[in-house]
Amino acid sequence: MNFLSNITRSEGDPRILRTGPSSLSMTDKLARGLGWFSIGLGLVELVAPRKLTRALGMEGMEPLVRAYGARELAAGVVTLSPDKQVGLTSRVVGDALDIATLLAAMGPRNRRRDNVGLALAMVVGVTMLDIAATKAVAVRHGRKSNGDARRYADRTGFPQGVEAARRVATAQRQGA
Amino acid sequence: MKALVWHGKEDIRCDSVSDPEIQDPRDAIIKVTSCAICGSDLHLFHNFIPAMLPGDIMGHETMGEVVEVGSGASGKLKKGDRIVVPFTIICGECDQCRRGNFSVCERSNRNKALAEKAFGHTTAGLFGYTHLTGGYPGGQAEYLRVPFADATHIKVPDGIPDEKLLFLSDIFPTGWQAAAQCDIEPTDTVAIWGCGPVGQMAIRSAILLGAKQVVAIDRLPERLGMAAAGGAITINFDEESVIERLNELTGGKGPEKCIDCVGMESHVSLSYPDTIYDRAKQFMMLENDRPHVLREMIYVCRGGGVLSIPGVYSGLDDKIPLGMLMNKGLTVRTGQTHVNKWTDDLLRRIEEGQIDPSFVITHTVGLEDGPEMYKTFRDKQDGCVKVVLKP
Repeated sequence: MNFLSNITRSEGDPRILRTGPSSLSMTDKLARGLGWFSIGLGLVELVAPRKLTRALGMEGMEPLVRAYGARELAAGVVTLSPDKQVGLTSRVVGDALDIATLLAAMGPRNRRRDNVGLALAMVVGVTMLDIAATKAVAVRHGRKSNGDARRYADRTGFPQGVEAARRVATAQRQGA
Repeated sequence: MKALVWHGKEDIRCDSVSDPEIQDPRDAIIKVTSCAICGSDLHLFHNFIPAMLPGDIMGHETMGEVVEVGSGASGKLKKGDRIVVPFTIICGECDQCRRGNFSVCERSNRNKALAEKAFGHTTAGLFGYTHLTGGYPGGQAEYLRVPFADATHIKVPDGIPDEKLLFLSDIFPTGWQAAAQCDIEPTDTVAIWGCGPVGQMAIRSAILLGAKQVVAIDRLPERLGMAAAGGAITINFDEESVIERLNELTGGKGPEKCIDCVGMESHVSLSYPDTIYDRAKQFMMLENDRPHVLREMIYVCRGGGVLSIPGVYSGLDDKIPLGMLMNKGLTVRTGQTHVNKWTDDLLRRIEEGQIDPSFVITHTVGLEDGPEMYKTFRDKQDGCVKVVLKP
């Protein structure tokens, strides 16, 4: 099997023949997917807010959509970082804001209520994914209680004891 | 052979790769008997240090048995020799090597031009540690090619288990150099930030070098417990003020010697707003590191004291209080470890029973479990302090 990465190997260095399971779990991959989704949506909201507000019957709310776009971008960047828990949590908070904003636009005078309903359904779906990913990341990457249970009080590193180790330097100074 | 290969951020895999070959007469090939995951491997895992490429083999803490020797190394090594491989690759002949400044060997970095652009002058080649330092395949593998093998090795005797010797490759001399370059006096308080593997070695080194008191700073109970076992007074920075406690322990004067075993990824906490500031800037790619520990050391260190920095920093940082550093007359000593400068002495200390570095090992697994252990080590789960891999 050919691996693209092998073209960067110096001559004579080991090349990949067959790849094994990744340290990236399904949870990590889901978080990564949501991070990129956040960045994509954020860019759309920043670049084309008018198209969104027109489709949702929310004309005049472009500044708010842009602000939400900036929020999505920030959450996406954090979700793609090692601090994915913080990014995902901020996404859930953002989802709540999105839902509240869409609910407010569901009024009878909005001619695009159907579109808003569709958007609301999508946001609720993504919110469920965000919540699931947040919980899964917390379980997968959080410190478990048994980490605290491990105690290393007997691991001095000094076979002859700490006090003997302290005397080593004194003996050396006196010897010198 | 099997090897742990970097495929991207947080993506390490145990791959089948082709076996290494002798490329130069000074090379040797070793069959790896033990290797370890280092804290600085996590910086690569997070892709915080530039110039990693998919397909790079990880690992720079390795030991094993020589199975093949190039003609140029045969005077110093032979098949069957048991060696620990220092993480810094050294030619042993250049001006810097002759001065004992092995980590800035002028000849071992095969991407010297790149390193000169990045650092001004080249540093030594390192195993498994980005293409800035040569892009050499690392030792988390079944076999390892050792370049400049006639100089890049520490011969070790039979009869002592791998676990006691493996850390001569990096963390033991790193912790030792951190303490040694503090010029510890019998009246000194040595404060050590970070109780990971290097911090633990620095604590033992400071004790062996005769510090009056050693203070260890962290937040994880199991690591603080291990630090206390080694003779340190501990400070949990989640529970008390580091600065107040250090001043209290030193009669208000501050520690004479401060050692940063944390480096670029200091813990982010609401209690320390500068860490949030640094993290935000890192997200925006406006700052490379989170130098909270460095700031704290400069603030709390006694005037005329020494700051020793074995912790890895990668690039440009801001809000470093240089005025404070200058006015207090502090001395800063840092650098990658000149491993071979210290290993004869440290091997003797192990043989004499002064120290047994295996105390730090909390997990021993096969190479195939390596990808999972990267996460366990990163997330500090299951009391993980140090992982040894057995290929």
